[in-house]
Amino acid sequence: MRRNRGVGLLVVLPSIVAIAIFVYGFISWTVRVSLSNYNSFSSLLRGVYRFVGLRNYYRIFSDWRFQTDLWNTLFFTLFFILGTIAVGIVLALLIDSRIRGVKVFQNIFLFPMALAFVVTGTTWGWIFNPGDFPKDPMGVNLLFKQLGLSHLQWGWYTTTGHIGPFNIALIPIIIAAVWQLSGYAMAMYLAGLRGIPNSIIEAAKVDGATPWQLFWKVKFPLLKPITLSAMIILGHISLKIFDLVYAMTGSGPNNVTDVPAVYMFELTFRANRYALGSSISIIMLVMVAVVVIPYLFYSMRQQKEVRL
Amino acid sequence: MVKKWLVVLLVAVVSVGILGLFVAGSFAGTKNELEIFSWWTGGGEEEGLNALIKLFHQLYPDVKVINATVAGGAGTNAKAVLKTRMLGGNPPDSFQVHAGMELIDTYVIPGMMRPITKYMKEWGAYNKFPKAILDMCSYKRNVYSVPVNVHRGNVVFYNKKIAAEIGMTKPPKTWKEFIKYLKLAKKHGYIGLALGDKNKWTALHLFEDIMLGKLGPKKYNGLWKNKVSFNDPAIKAALETMKEVLPYINTDHSAMTWQDATRLVFSGKALANVMGDWAEGYLKTLGWKPGKQFGWFAVPETSNAFMVVSDTFGLPKKAPHPKNALRWLKLLASVKAQDVFNPIKGSIPARLDADKSKYDVYLRWSMHDFATVALCPSIIHGSAAPEGFVTALNDVINRFVTKKNVAQAMKGILQDAEDNGYLVK
Repeated sequence: MRRNRGVGLLVVLPSIVAIAIFVYGFISWTVRVSLSNYNSFSSLLRGVYRFVGLRNYYRIFSDWRFQTDLWNTLFFTLFFILGTIAVGIVLALLIDSRIRGVKVFQNIFLFPMALAFVVTGTTWGWIFNPGDFPKDPMGVNLLFKQLGLSHLQWGWYTTTGHIGPFNIALIPIIIAAVWQLSGYAMAMYLAGLRGIPNSIIEAAKVDGATPWQLFWKVKFPLLKPITLSAMIILGHISLKIFDLVYAMTGSGPNNVTDVPAVYMFELTFRANRYALGSSISIIMLVMVAVVVIPYLFYSMRQQKEVRL
Repeated sequence: MVKKWLVVLLVAVVSVGILGLFVAGSFAGTKNELEIFSWWTGGGEEEGLNALIKLFHQLYPDVKVINATVAGGAGTNAKAVLKTRMLGGNPPDSFQVHAGMELIDTYVIPGMMRPITKYMKEWGAYNKFPKAILDMCSYKRNVYSVPVNVHRGNVVFYNKKIAAEIGMTKPPKTWKEFIKYLKLAKKHGYIGLALGDKNKWTALHLFEDIMLGKLGPKKYNGLWKNKVSFNDPAIKAALETMKEVLPYINTDHSAMTWQDATRLVFSGKALANVMGDWAEGYLKTLGWKPGKQFGWFAVPETSNAFMVVSDTFGLPKKAPHPKNALRWLKLLASVKAQDVFNPIKGSIPARLDADKSKYDVYLRWSMHDFATVALCPSIIHGSAAPEGFVTALNDVINRFVTKKNVAQAMKGILQDAEDNGYLVK
């Protein structure tokens, strides 16, 4: 028994060391840089560290572009999670209804998840490319024209319109992201639905529940852990989103589709403002941590309960 | 027991593998090699680079050339890779870099490059380049890189058929005149000026050309030498002019790249496009002949200036094969190499004594101007100012294209200039 533990430790030791260095070591390094004066390539190279406190954070929060980014992330995350979960549940219910031939779709719906965000972004970038409408439309706008629905044409992700702080140019990106991940949400819900004991559903039916009541009063509450997991997984994807936006629209006119990760990339690798870029990274890390850590505690507590 | 030994074996194999990587890495520097780093992967430029490597091979057949390229327009990805390598103390033997601040501010001032003035004189190349170009590659009177090619940034390319239709018979000299034609084009159902600023930089490219016109080359160059303040009324005038031009650009500009914008001219949808002369190369690959289907002129009010975008190669201090790197630089500095590379790439040689007959009619026009008018460093292409300044200015102009708020943009420009230590009073 004892010897086994030694071997076990030996096996996981490389990954413990690697994670300690490459994850936590580099997070601390990024924190250190974000509190420094490393705002040009030469200051980084000379490596004369000057502690500047929270000055970079102050500067980034007072930056209008970063403020836009935060609003964009907020709305993107909100609508992306809502959309993906809603579409995911509907698809899962459809497949669970055991209509003949529906099983084929299970894989088709899951398929977009196998694509890279860059591919999705490029393709949907073409689809929602507005063209010089109404005269010379492209993509969906061209489709509208050919269907005689030209009045529905609009600028999609090139528009600078907004409803309050919500930039409506984000809508095409939200659609693309929902398209990509709703299959994944479907798979999660499908597993959940299949895990609900038939006896409960039969009992509800015997009690005279309508299908509507059956879903909202029985199935959906039982699927709560799935919804929570889906929200966490989708939430951390959307808070860190980079590749989809970068490939599909870039920052957009007046940064209507800009997100913190894109700004971080530009500040760090284009402008050589490493300290400012690092402070954005740390802000993103904190945002994701706020979402993930309570969940980890929650699931750890549940596991303990199960063991008891 | 067997299990345990298997694990030990696994650990051993992995460690040996990792060790092997390090050992291989440290031995790499001893071979007779030359590693050149660039982002020349696109049409024309890749062939040009290969022709240069072939030339190098003929001269030094026993040197193995490693052609390290990182794809991505204007080197946006390559530059990040290069910085990482330079920081890690693992530089290539020689690398492509734009003349000016991109070289000086990023690599020369931190002390990562070796001066090559001595060699340039030895090779008899020192006085063959225009002084203004060598100045862009110099810091404290030492030259740090060899300019290979020159692109001109301030050019308007236009569709000749549309120009004839709206009666633009001769190139407009002023923006006022040009805007009159843009208006006419719009009236005839065309886009006036094609713009594709999905990647942002093309809007700043347009703005820096307008700014150069309003300031004039002398004052424009003075900005970067701290002789002229950014609070100059001409910069505000440039914003005003840009604002007047914006109604004549295509509505879907933020969904397009520069190629898409050039294509609008090619497909007969737009009258003109302000772009660097790589657009000329692009129009040629699309099948057009310079002077036949498309014409060109210097951006209005800038015919006395040449916005320089120049690729150069330098010598890192920690280059593993400095001897081969110097051979490479010597080759690049020669007329022969410049005349081999540039006609393929679609740019003009940085040397003034090149063979003009090898170049097309557009490039000959450009060569003539290069030798006669004032040379000015481009902002967006990294020559005039540090990258931090450029990125922030990019944001200001990107916002301006949407908001069209001159006062707000002016405030942004002044703040950016002050952040980077330029005159604002």
